[in-house]
Amino acid sequence: MAKIEFRNVVKRFGAIEVIPEMNLVIEDGEFVALLGPSGCGKSTSLFMLAGIYLPSGGELLFDGHVVNEVEARDRNVGIVFQSYALYPHMSVRDNILFPLRFKKTPRDEAFARVKAAADLVRVAELLERRPSELSGGQQQRVALARALVKEPQLLLLDEPLSNLDASLRLSMRTEIKSLHEQLGVTTVLVTHDQIEATTMADRIICMRAGRIEQVGTPDDLYLRPSSLFVAGFIGSPPINLIAGEAEAGTVTVNGARFPLEGGASGSVTVGLRPEHLRFGETGFAGRIAQIEPMGREILYVVETGMGAVRVLEQGSSAGHSTGEQVMIGFLPENSLVFETARQKLIAGAHVRAPE
Amino acid sequence: MTTIADELTIERRGHAGSASRRRTNFVIFLGPAIVLTILFFIVPVIIDIAVSFTDLSRSLHISEFTTEQYAKVFRTDRRLSQVIGLTFIYVFGTLAIFNVTFGLILAITTTAIRNVSGSFFRGVWLLPRMSPSVLYILLWLWAVSPTEAGLVNQVLMQAFGLDAPLDLLTSAPIALIIISNGFIGASMGMIIFTAAIRGIPEHLFHAAAVDGAGTFAKIRFITLPALRWPISFVTIYQTLSLLVSFEYILLLTKGGPFYDTTVYALYVYRRAFESGQYGYGAALALFLIVIGVVVALIGWRFFDMERLLQRPRIEVH
Repeated sequence: MAKIEFRNVVKRFGAIEVIPEMNLVIEDGEFVALLGPSGCGKSTSLFMLAGIYLPSGGELLFDGHVVNEVEARDRNVGIVFQSYALYPHMSVRDNILFPLRFKKTPRDEAFARVKAAADLVRVAELLERRPSELSGGQQQRVALARALVKEPQLLLLDEPLSNLDASLRLSMRTEIKSLHEQLGVTTVLVTHDQIEATTMADRIICMRAGRIEQVGTPDDLYLRPSSLFVAGFIGSPPINLIAGEAEAGTVTVNGARFPLEGGASGSVTVGLRPEHLRFGETGFAGRIAQIEPMGREILYVVETGMGAVRVLEQGSSAGHSTGEQVMIGFLPENSLVFETARQKLIAGAHVRAPE
Repeated sequence: MTTIADELTIERRGHAGSASRRRTNFVIFLGPAIVLTILFFIVPVIIDIAVSFTDLSRSLHISEFTTEQYAKVFRTDRRLSQVIGLTFIYVFGTLAIFNVTFGLILAITTTAIRNVSGSFFRGVWLLPRMSPSVLYILLWLWAVSPTEAGLVNQVLMQAFGLDAPLDLLTSAPIALIIISNGFIGASMGMIIFTAAIRGIPEHLFHAAAVDGAGTFAKIRFITLPALRWPISFVTIYQTLSLLVSFEYILLLTKGGPFYDTTVYALYVYRRAFESGQYGYGAALALFLIVIGVVVALIGWRFFDMERLLQRPRIEVH
């Protein structure tokens, strides 16, 4: 197990600076997720942890020791790749055994550990097969077993669920999380899927264009996103962002006036999550333009004076139809106010629905 | 319910139209290839078989039909066993040292270094293949010239203080034909292996590095297994091509000294066109075809090509 630290870590590929400067501490035994869109540098960070890429600057520390120049094979790290990267010409047993080959593990002990790792991820009956004879989910488990068999001090997961179908993804999510609880190994998950990040990780590191945008628990990122980017990235369906002007305790959006709590002035962006909006007697007015049933919930797209607003209602409150005039209300504490110019959250600022 | 095969048949009929249209298409598209195949492959084999049963010689006069030529091949020609032995050394020596092993080393090293330098070195190794064979061999003749002007002798005498110039064409002719052929032959394996190495997904090397593999372990456990098919292919293909090629040897040593570097294909040439024993040459050539087919079949079996051809070589995700 290890405590991981990025100190002013820089990564360049030729002239391109993929990670300008990264500072981050991952506690021993923690499960963190690196979350962000493609090209945000999350996989690059993970590959630096694995030793596949070496940092161009700064220091990377495992348990207080600088590991910048330590080669991948000496780091004792386990990794599961997006494509699983199982060795195609080896049986499942040899795949799982592979890391132990280089550790000079005695034969009997090695076989026992392969067996134990295979049992842990429930692939014991597949040991004689080739990777090409396995389903995607089975390959995923074998890749996990291979990463875990050497008892790594750090487990890295690179988009491990993205090649699985929806139901399998759900069960693997639970399994990986319980594996982490069982083994307590420091785990770093890279994903672009916010649901994966929020469901599995203790802490989320939200990245954008090589920089860390926000670090926090899933609740922090959802309830108190530090920037417009994080607010837009976390939550599904995405948050409604409405641009307006703040002046003397009121935010004015295209004629509609929202009373403002907390200090803010100038151009602001009001963030309202679809699931926090409710149809009611008061609030701002609109006309239902589109209805998208999602099973348990229904997503309404409502045309209002401030543009299209998404409202997520429980299925039981059905009975609305397209073209219907509605009033939309919300609780002030669920509203977010951002400074438009700096894209940052104004802490403590909330708006109330117009009376 | 129609199967896919049925649908394809219907589709083909629809496009090809009537039977006469199909005949026309057949003649247009396959006609030229069939004519060439018959003219340059089938007819020569038939002529060869016919000639091998005659006593055709320099006079170009056939006096009788006979199986005497085959009696010679299998019984009376004492030199033939020596020629076959030499051919074996030449073919497998060139293959084992250059066409496969050295080709593999070139492919692995030129893909491991920077792309620009890698391409440059591969380009250099392709040069002999691109240059005319006569020119290539002229350079060799200069390099191994038994006088002090020869490249090898210059290096040995000036840099290593050798007293008298070496005559490699006389003292090491077999090594020379293997090296001169191998320098050309290695480039084919190099190109095919390079393409195959490029086709190995990079994450496999990453995974192996994280699992603790060093450079040689990566080559052994990732690269070589992925090259099984190309290695088998290059081995069989080059065996056949080495078996029948003799132009570099003819140019370099003329098969000499005496018969020391006369490989089987060159022996056929010398018997038929130098000694004028056309009938015997034809019989030898036919026997070479048989040897080629047998070697190819053994290789096919040995490398289990059938299975390799059916199975996907690398998993694609």
